Amino acid sequence: MSTTTPTRPPEGRNTVRQRPGDRVFRGIATASGLTILVILAGVAAFLLYQAFPALVAPSQDVAGGEGFWKYTAELVFGTALSAALALVIGAPLGVGIALFITHYAPRRLAAPLGYVIDLLAAIPSIVYGLWGVFVFAPALVPVYAWLADNLGWLPLFAGPVSSGRTMLTAGLVLAVMILPVITALSREVFRQTPTLQQEAALALGATRWEMVKYAVIPYGKSGVVAASMLGLGRALGETMAVAAVLSVAGGVTFNLISTQNPGTIAANIALQFPESTGLGINVLVATGLVLFVITFLVNFAARAIVARTSKG
Amino acid sequence: MTQLTTPPRPAIGLGTTRHLPAWAPYAALAVAAAFAGAVLALAGFSIAGWLVLTAVVFVVLLVVASRAVEGPRKATDRFVTSLVVGAFLLALVPLISVAWTVISNGAARFDVEFFTYSMRGIVGEGGGAAHALAGTLIITGITTLISVPIGILTAVYLVEYGRGAVARTITFLIDVMTGIPSIVAGLFAFALFTLILGPQARLGIMGSVALCVLMIPVVVRATEEILRLVPHELREASYALGVPKWRTIVKVVLRTSVAGIATGVTLAIARVIGETAPLLVTVGLTTAINYNPFEGRMATLPTFAWFSYAAPSLPVQASLDRAWTAALLLVILVMLFNLIARIVSRAFSPKTR
Repeated sequence: MSTTTPTRPPEGRNTVRQRPGDRVFRGIATASGLTILVILAGVAAFLLYQAFPALVAPSQDVAGGEGFWKYTAELVFGTALSAALALVIGAPLGVGIALFITHYAPRRLAAPLGYVIDLLAAIPSIVYGLWGVFVFAPALVPVYAWLADNLGWLPLFAGPVSSGRTMLTAGLVLAVMILPVITALSREVFRQTPTLQQEAALALGATRWEMVKYAVIPYGKSGVVAASMLGLGRALGETMAVAAVLSVAGGVTFNLISTQNPGTIAANIALQFPESTGLGINVLVATGLVLFVITFLVNFAARAIVARTSKG
Repeated sequence: MTQLTTPPRPAIGLGTTRHLPAWAPYAALAVAAAFAGAVLALAGFSIAGWLVLTAVVFVVLLVVASRAVEGPRKATDRFVTSLVVGAFLLALVPLISVAWTVISNGAARFDVEFFTYSMRGIVGEGGGAAHALAGTLIITGITTLISVPIGILTAVYLVEYGRGAVARTITFLIDVMTGIPSIVAGLFAFALFTLILGPQARLGIMGSVALCVLMIPVVVRATEEILRLVPHELREASYALGVPKWRTIVKVVLRTSVAGIATGVTLAIARVIGETAPLLVTVGLTTAINYNPFEGRMATLPTFAWFSYAAPSLPVQASLDRAWTAALLLVILVMLFNLIARIVSRAFSPKTR
């Protein structure tokens, strides 16, 4: 690989004489960098190669019998719904926690408390899955029963409630999982808020909330948006927790507390893959490719927001 | 002149502002707890319900009292403070619940047999996860061996050599790589190897390749951050002594930042050791110990836990116990690596004078 890149002209002061060791080391480092390029090109190429048969297959051969895009659309809906729920629940909580750690907690406790929240990120997703099925979902059943009784006129809470393995449970578990991502990034942004402006606000008689509202949040807004997008990307791709928690029956529905749910792309792959052969595998790889594109777009948007802020 | 004759205005502000006494929040909390307890004693007691009701009553009491005594601005401030503290306490609930569940359920089978037996020929109770532990360590080890050199050298390239379009592209691609869902990384390794070995291929090395896709960007990011912290004076001093650039990088830049890099690598290992989805599609599961990553399926702790739950053998409870213990072992491994990372960074971090 290093041979294909032309050696660039020596640059400036420290390259008086190109030593062979320098060339070799530089070549190795450059090759490593280019490996990244090769790997990503490989990911795209091999996924496309394996996905292609599914894209051109006659529609009755694809599971469900209505073609690949119909099959995928339902999964995309489930993926988007669960991730959106996670974001709606997780983002305000994450921002609140970040504010607590940076501006409300005693300064000496801030670092340990931040570490405690980071522990949430250290728990493997399979553990969240087992916990979700055996502890969290049963604990939520009375809550869902109450929701169905009192808010059942909303299509979201139509029920019927039979177990806790619902879309809302999946969303809640995902919210817990993306909490450390959102908190960590928001914390960084809030910490960088100019101290002088905060002190000025307090000196003018602002309460702590008014100080946060006028001096901290406007400064950190785009950082929070970017953090939420990264959290969304994580939620979209999360596999095992959803595979364990969500009870799937197919179909598109906004009913959050029944057990008749659409699956998500990632969980569907994990559940179907061990038993699939032939075209079935091609279809699953193709849905994985769709997931790759979606998460890429979300992450790309997040990075673009971060880049724009750090410049301006 | 006119100023002297102006009558003194009535004092506003500090002197007349009324505050709630410092003990007011505690009193509100006590009243709320007692009230919630009394209500739930009539309607059927539950700890979760009591905590939630206490929190709600506490916030209402405090805000109403504050609004009456201190005015609306202070009341809003107190309201937001309770919300923010509440958000943090709420996040502790799943953390404590998960930790408690894993420890209490996993302790049942956390015995010698679990670490010394595989599942080969085991029907029903007993058996262990020695094969899964071995598989996890082998696959994670190979992943580390591949990812760390590539990751560190890429970071060196980006910090020391990379300029212009190529470096920008690589930085961008690493961002993309960071966001790849783990299952997609698994599918990539599957697609790559089945193209060569046929659709039935399941190898330990396939899992390692999949995990590398997830681990390399983490190592690059961590190393890059550390390398950029190395002061330029150190490099320049080395150049001034006539040391070639590559020796400067190896002997000065990398040597200075070795603690930070070690920390980053350890955290990256902790990240990938718990991954389930990519191993599910590339390595599969087996019941016997397999030390050869280039031959046949391997068991790993996460997939072992998953299949013990998803496809339990009879009796189901014995299978679930094994799943929980595998989960507990996994959490312990992750925490261990996190702990090592902290110790490394504490032990080697430059002493501030």
